[in-house]
Amino acid sequence: MNRLKNRIFTITVWTVALCVILFVFALLLLILERGFPSLTWDFLFGLPSEIEEGGGIGPALFNSFYMLFLSMVIAVPLGIAAGIYLAEFAPDNAWIAMVRICVEGLASVPSIIFGLFGIALFVEMFQLGLTILGGAASLAFLNLPVITRVTEEAIRAVPREWRHASFALGATHLQTIRRVLLPASMSAIITGLSLASGRAFGESAVIILTAGVTTSGVMWDFNLLSPGETLAVHLWYVQSEAIVPDAQQISQKSAAVLLFIVLAFNVVFRIPAWVRDFRIRKAA
Amino acid sequence: MQALIEIERLNLFYGSFHALKNISMDIPEKAITAFIGPSGCGKSTLLRSLNRMNDMIPGTSTHGSIKIAGADIYGKDIDVEALRKNVGMVFQQPNPFPKSIYDNVAYGPRLHGITSRHKLDEIVESSLRGAALWNEVKDHLKRSALSLSGGQQQRLCIARALAVEPDVLLMDEATSALDPISTLKIEELAQELKAKYTIVMVTHNMHQAARVSNQTVFFLNGEVVEYAETEKLFSNPQDQRTEDYISGRFG
Ligand SMILES: Nc1ncnc2c1ncn2[C@@H]1O[C@H](COP(=O)(O)OP(=O)(O)OP(=O)(O)O)[C@@H](O)[C@H]1O
Ligand SMILES: [Mg+2]
Repeated sequence: MNRLKNRIFTITVWTVALCVILFVFALLLLILERGFPSLTWDFLFGLPSEIEEGGGIGPALFNSFYMLFLSMVIAVPLGIAAGIYLAEFAPDNAWIAMVRICVEGLASVPSIIFGLFGIALFVEMFQLGLTILGGAASLAFLNLPVITRVTEEAIRAVPREWRHASFALGATHLQTIRRVLLPASMSAIITGLSLASGRAFGESAVIILTAGVTTSGVMWDFNLLSPGETLAVHLWYVQSEAIVPDAQQISQKSAAVLLFIVLAFNVVFRIPAWVRDFRIRKAA
Repeated sequence: MQALIEIERLNLFYGSFHALKNISMDIPEKAITAFIGPSGCGKSTLLRSLNRMNDMIPGTSTHGSIKIAGADIYGKDIDVEALRKNVGMVFQQPNPFPKSIYDNVAYGPRLHGITSRHKLDEIVESSLRGAALWNEVKDHLKRSALSLSGGQQQRLCIARALAVEPDVLLMDEATSALDPISTLKIEELAQELKAKYTIVMVTHNMHQAARVSNQTVFFLNGEVVEYAETEKLFSNPQDQRTEDYISGRFG
């Protein structure tokens, strides 16, 4: 009887898992297969066109990476520092408990709220208009709570024995954080960063509100005050607003590029952990 | 023998719980002192007082004095990091860092400012030799310490403690998680190390205390019941409770 139950349970789990995997793969294949065959360098690096067909996604693609980079430059140091503070230095009181609840809440607030906040701050208060700077900073706000939480959790998960061993050798608190806690929690933090960058790369609501739906129209525009449409926003724009005749193809190709890059992030961020595992296994 | 550690009227509280009651004793240098007693009697607590690891447990308060080489380690201007460098500790569970064997041993020296590769190589080798591990690991110092066996890991932890050149080595049931052969190796090692270090070890294994230590302290409920030369304590205990404990009648 028990064995039969076990059987049925196993089969059910396998079937469900298989269906989910098949569904995900089918979705990936569909998107990639539609967009990839017609991809060209001209499309990837070319300028968009408003009326005629044959426009590219160059500036939007560039903005995606540029704003991701800027937002991470802001959010990573702040988020990791805040996470370390919460895990290691924060006193155990009601005030800190409330801060923790807020961070947790902010981590799950819909992104459009951060977009509205970005408008209020950069567009209205600082009168900057729709800019790369405002978009990147708003993206950073979006990711800050996530990075803070991931860091705090990762540091808390480090076994106490290692901490004790370090202190018993005469290490200070800072030395212990730098030499034991951070290295031991690094792979968890990096996984968190890769999720956060994937989210930032695919984000559209925040960007539409704070950086706009246009680019400056030239390639490699590092100006922080240029408008900052990204690839994800471009995809939405082409699909819903554009009047170019090849909108359909552009959006298919953009979707494929977007998906490919986000997948690539996940792989690239895992490489350091793979290399380390490989080294340890090889040496063992 | 000269006393290196002098404990005087030490009282320790965890919150309101009185864990160590009025403890006074002298621990001689370059010898092995064993702490025995039933679970919960305060052996680990006293051991952790000697390198102030109790500071990390919130709510502890310590009264009385402990002097090591004449300096009060709870005194106002004591440098806790320097104290812990001087009083090494080996824990019950082997706890190597998730780093290479080399980096584990070099961890302490690096903390204290040694960066020269040549000097570190020397320290790593001499510490691993000191912990009787060198021959087993010398060909793969870059291997992860976590790939070693439990007994090897514990000797690595001893090597790591030796690498900062302490005067005192505290061992809290350092062999209780190990197999008999590894245990024997570490006991032999302790015998060798006492020529250079003052060793204080907690053990639940009466035979171990009798085999390796020079003097033995028997604790009960946070108090010292009896403190004597090991041979004397085991062959001719002065207190009835000691006799009951070592003959296995309780605890
Ligand atoms: N962090 C702590 N907070 C509160 N009480 C504690 C703490 N650590 C130990 N105690 C209490 O102090 C007493 C002594 O504990 P200790 O760990 O020193 O005993 P021990 O002799 O080492 O026991 P064992 O042989 O089981 O390791 C025990 O009653 C224990 O419950
Ligand atoms: Mg104990």
